[in-house]
Amino acid sequence: MATFPRDLGYTREHEWARIEGDVIRVGITAYAVEQLGDVTLVDMPAPGEDVQAHERFGDIESVKTVSELFAPVSGEIVDVNADLESSPELVNEGPYEDGWLITIRPSDQGELDGLMDAAKYEEYLGTLDG
Amino acid sequence: MAVNEPLRETPLIEEHRALGARLVPFAGWRMPVQYAGIKQEHAAVRNQAGLFDVSHMGELFIEGAEALQAVDALITNDASELDVGRAMYTVCCNDEGFILDDLIVYRVGAERVMVVCNASNRDKIAAHFQSRLQPGVRFEDASDRMALLAVQGPRAEAILKGLGAPGAVTSLESFRVVETELDGVGAIVARTGYTGEDGFEMFCASDQAAALWRAIMRAGEAHGLAPVGLGARDTLRLEARLMLYGNDIDETTHPFEAGLGWVVKLDGAPFVGRDALATLKKAGLDRRLVGLEMTGRGIARHGYPIVADGRVVGTVTSGSPGPTVGRNIGLGYVPKGLSRVGTTLGIEIRGKVVDAVVVRTPFYKR
Repeated sequence: MATFPRDLGYTREHEWARIEGDVIRVGITAYAVEQLGDVTLVDMPAPGEDVQAHERFGDIESVKTVSELFAPVSGEIVDVNADLESSPELVNEGPYEDGWLITIRPSDQGELDGLMDAAKYEEYLGTLDG
Repeated sequence: MAVNEPLRETPLIEEHRALGARLVPFAGWRMPVQYAGIKQEHAAVRNQAGLFDVSHMGELFIEGAEALQAVDALITNDASELDVGRAMYTVCCNDEGFILDDLIVYRVGAERVMVVCNASNRDKIAAHFQSRLQPGVRFEDASDRMALLAVQGPRAEAILKGLGAPGAVTSLESFRVVETELDGVGAIVARTGYTGEDGFEMFCASDQAAALWRAIMRAGEAHGLAPVGLGARDTLRLEARLMLYGNDIDETTHPFEAGLGWVVKLDGAPFVGRDALATLKKAGLDRRLVGLEMTGRGIARHGYPIVADGRVVGTVTSGSPGPTVGRNIGLGYVPKGLSRVGTTLGIEIRGKVVDAVVVRTPFYKR
């Protein structure tokens, strides 16, 4: 079973967010990784672009399927994980570490309060089909 | 298929659950899509061996003195010379020459022919055979009482030897079939498959399938045998350019444009669709199913538009990463003028056009 670090915030679309100073680091959860299988390509915007909370900012492809990536908070993209271009499997190997996706400078800190904590997220997963 | 119809389960469902498979609906069945992961399973089949449960496939038996001629009249390939113990790939067309299904026809006995069809087409093909088979032959749709296991990969033969399979099995040549026993289980065993590797397909009674599955898993332990789901089955068959019905071929495509002209024998005995196919062949091709390789950063998927000079010229029928070839590959129909190897095309991926090139197929050959 997938594990969910206690220090992260979670979205219903299975992204995680971690506060690191004045930026938010974003990735997908171990549950999302389990559902996707082997990640083969991550399509993301460039630094400097704006993202909106709960809106699509990119796509992630596995061998079998393609899924959209949603921003947990609104703001400006500071950094994207360039290593994923050549090594998308980092998402499978460490979704909370080397497999992170982007960092965002949030435009509204209050949006962070809308994220689920690990316990709530686990509860939410329990309501989803197998 | 009716929306509320419950999913059918193969006799191996508990084996899959015990192995931690992810189960998904496929063609009305609850099937394992992956166990350890698609890439890993794909590599196991290419390098060692994989065990597949493909019991969702349909098995139709046609029996009687004229069984072979009766089947021959419904398929495009020429089965008239198919000796006992041989099998052949073919398609089955409607009167208009469009593809109802692709099949493997096995001459199991002098007066006994087994036809294996896709799960998604089983009812359609069973009805087609029943209504169009000449009188005097017996027809049975045995799909519900039969299971189908496949061992595929370079270690497949060694694994069956380890299982104590008779020489009649382990010495089978490609597209040969024999009725025998495997570890005490009565089975029809054929050297056929859907992966581009050497391997065997084993048809047995449903209630013996779990015992056979476990025996093969045990015999395969020393050979790196892995259970393999439908996910890797799809990437394996795509690399080998094997057709997937519903993606690459369907009732809107004919065998010539799909590159299946080699299974259409217009000169043999008459068959359903022959006149239409003769006309189609004479008219020449408007479009062809070609191999595509992504040269830009992206993965083509079923249904994505193919563009050239800013307009849509075709559709991707299959696409995914090719784990063994190490490139993102696909198949799609394009106008004949754009079908030459080396032609640059675009694939529209979520609004963006990504470069691709027409390449020779199969993408992978063992």
